[in-house]
Amino acid sequence: MSITKRFWISLIFSLPMLANMILMPFGWMLPGGNWTQLILTTVIMVISARPFWQSAWASFTKHHSNMDTLVAIGTVTAYVYSIYAMVTKQPVFFESAAFVTTFVLLGQVFEERMRNNASNAVEKLVDLQAKDAEVMRDGKLVKIPLSDVVVGDIIRVKPGQKIAVDGMITEGTSTIDESMVTGESMPVSKKTGDKVIGSTINSNGTFMFKAEKVGDDTMLSQIVELVKKAQNSHAPIQNLTDKVSDIFVPAVLIIAILTFVVWYVLLGASVASSLIFAVAVVVIACPCALGLATPTALMVGTGRSAKMGILIKNGEVLEAVNDIKSVVFDKTGTITVGKPEVTDIVGNEKAVLKVATGLEQSSEHPLASAIVKKAEENNVSVPKVSQFKAIEGKGVSALIDDKESFVGNDKLLDDVKIDAKLEQQVIKLQEEAKTVVFVGVENKIIGLIAIQDAPKETSKEAIADLKARGLKTVMLTGDNKRVADAVAKQVGIDSVIADVLPSDKADHVKALQQDGKVAFVGDGINDAPALTVADVGIAMGSGTDIAIESGGIVLVKNDLRDVDRALALSKKTFNRIKLNLFWAFIYNILGIPVAAGIFYGIGLTLSPELAGLAMAFSSLSVVTSSMLLNKAKITSKAKFA
Amino acid sequence: MVKILVLIVGLAIIGFIGWWFFGKHEVAEISADVSDKGQSIDVEVNGGYSPETVVLKKGVPATLNFTRKDKSSCLDRVVFSDFGINQALPINEKQEIKIDTTKAGEYQWACGMDMFHGKLIIK
Repeated sequence: MSITKRFWISLIFSLPMLANMILMPFGWMLPGGNWTQLILTTVIMVISARPFWQSAWASFTKHHSNMDTLVAIGTVTAYVYSIYAMVTKQPVFFESAAFVTTFVLLGQVFEERMRNNASNAVEKLVDLQAKDAEVMRDGKLVKIPLSDVVVGDIIRVKPGQKIAVDGMITEGTSTIDESMVTGESMPVSKKTGDKVIGSTINSNGTFMFKAEKVGDDTMLSQIVELVKKAQNSHAPIQNLTDKVSDIFVPAVLIIAILTFVVWYVLLGASVASSLIFAVAVVVIACPCALGLATPTALMVGTGRSAKMGILIKNGEVLEAVNDIKSVVFDKTGTITVGKPEVTDIVGNEKAVLKVATGLEQSSEHPLASAIVKKAEENNVSVPKVSQFKAIEGKGVSALIDDKESFVGNDKLLDDVKIDAKLEQQVIKLQEEAKTVVFVGVENKIIGLIAIQDAPKETSKEAIADLKARGLKTVMLTGDNKRVADAVAKQVGIDSVIADVLPSDKADHVKALQQDGKVAFVGDGINDAPALTVADVGIAMGSGTDIAIESGGIVLVKNDLRDVDRALALSKKTFNRIKLNLFWAFIYNILGIPVAAGIFYGIGLTLSPELAGLAMAFSSLSVVTSSMLLNKAKITSKAKFA
Repeated sequence: MVKILVLIVGLAIIGFIGWWFFGKHEVAEISADVSDKGQSIDVEVNGGYSPETVVLKKGVPATLNFTRKDKSSCLDRVVFSDFGINQALPINEKQEIKIDTTKAGEYQWACGMDMFHGKLIIK
């Protein structure tokens, strides 16, 4: 029988006894007196309360105990004693057993509903998926179920349709609403060659795209997997409740026995009133509130952040965010757009570009692609290159037309000299936040290429938000000091650590950890060690897989302002966990002594019925408080400043 | 006289509770049956989990079959926090839970309220 049915039966059979209790002072009595009460309560005990005993007994045989143990012992004690009292013509309290059962079940009905709501977020995400897709098969478009789509399929998407899987547009243009996956509310325009994400909604154009990821590999599936793991993860703060819950119920039983013994033996109270105190103790104690405090808040908090495009991987990260003192940023791709462009070329443009493209052709460095792109625009042909060598942290060299040629950053200047006039130009360009690349042939610099990677529009606001939160902001970059300083000034970062070799990033994070916990925000393969070392690693969603793997928080939207939102949400969730635990503990710590009759002297006592009601609402209030996290305001502090 | 008797009985019950719940008691530990298709094990949920400790072979696909016989809402979900699994257990229905056994180690599982625990050993 379901909990809801058990509750209704219990309620209906309790009502006559409630009427009896309320109307007694007015001279109305339940017809049949104690006999009616006995019958009503017996029905409740047999139908509604029996599962409590069954569960309590099953756990008892395994040397365990749970909330049901307490409810079962409390109600059975009241019931059995009342029968004894009836036989010996003493006052009975059948209604205690009945009401406690009703209230506890009421609490469970609500709680079950709320817990299901709290865990629904993930199922809603999965429901976002398209059900079918129009796929090109044998030269014809056919509608097939989503599960039959394979990698390489060409799929047509009409206006208003959902995109089935992840892929790349092969034909057509459109704007796409990606809010369900990225949380970004503005529609994004896409053209041939752009990536599309499964489960997002196509708004106005019709286009064809090639499926690249299907099934469990799609971005949505990955997000769902991540959120599921996060929602069920363990927060370190839970270790405390784990320990408490192991000993909680037996401890309460011992306290209840002591209560009875003290009242009956030492204080000389009657068996009935001593027993009432003991029953109240058993009934009011609620281990569930303690157990529910952390998981429910974690579930709602991580679910809500996922909707905003912020994936928090587990409870540990959430807890670590609380003590963060400084936030360290990688520059390229994190603070800046990550798409550098060539702005100036000093020297013979054609010759400089030719050497540079030759050397950078096969490099994956973002600066290299800027140079190659510029060369393509200017129709500069790529020369033959041999004996390619990388100079770590400095640049590359190779033979072009039998001449030793090189491209690199200013660390190359340790080996090659430049004249004063050129040096002036270098400084001027760097102060404009442009990265300068030196191009040389046979130990002589033949020219400079200035490349600029503009900061993201939102970076400045993002940094201001974090500073308003009282956090120190640091930029960590392999770039030249002057360029780094110029970018830092533009976005308002406090301090800059420049000229860092990729392999040293993690060491710098470690050094910063001396002054308190550090969050690191990055996106590249070279950021992965730093993301792992940092107390909280925050990876940009556009970043490399390895960065996303290493980070504890992933920002799907690539919006730097989400760093602040992620911190705010984590803090809110963690504070809610603490609040829940506080109330759950306080409730038990205050409730048990009151129920035991310690404050009897000042007239403060608790009947078993009220204890049952309080118990039902304690776990309910914890779940409600967690659900309220969905409504909590997430605002940046800078807006108020 | 009655009071002294009550006192003695009370203390005796306290002693029993202490021994029964806090004393050392053997925990059922069972290794899964390995067949061609994989390994599987049945776990009964009734006032806790039996067996409470499950040993799985590393690298062999594993299925745990949970059947809840207990009406308590405490046990209506089973959570494997390391695997991101949070499975509802409808009463008297066998629920298959697939476990990824690629990484050896000891993992905890718990009921939805974190009151009952079980242990999974992959080796």
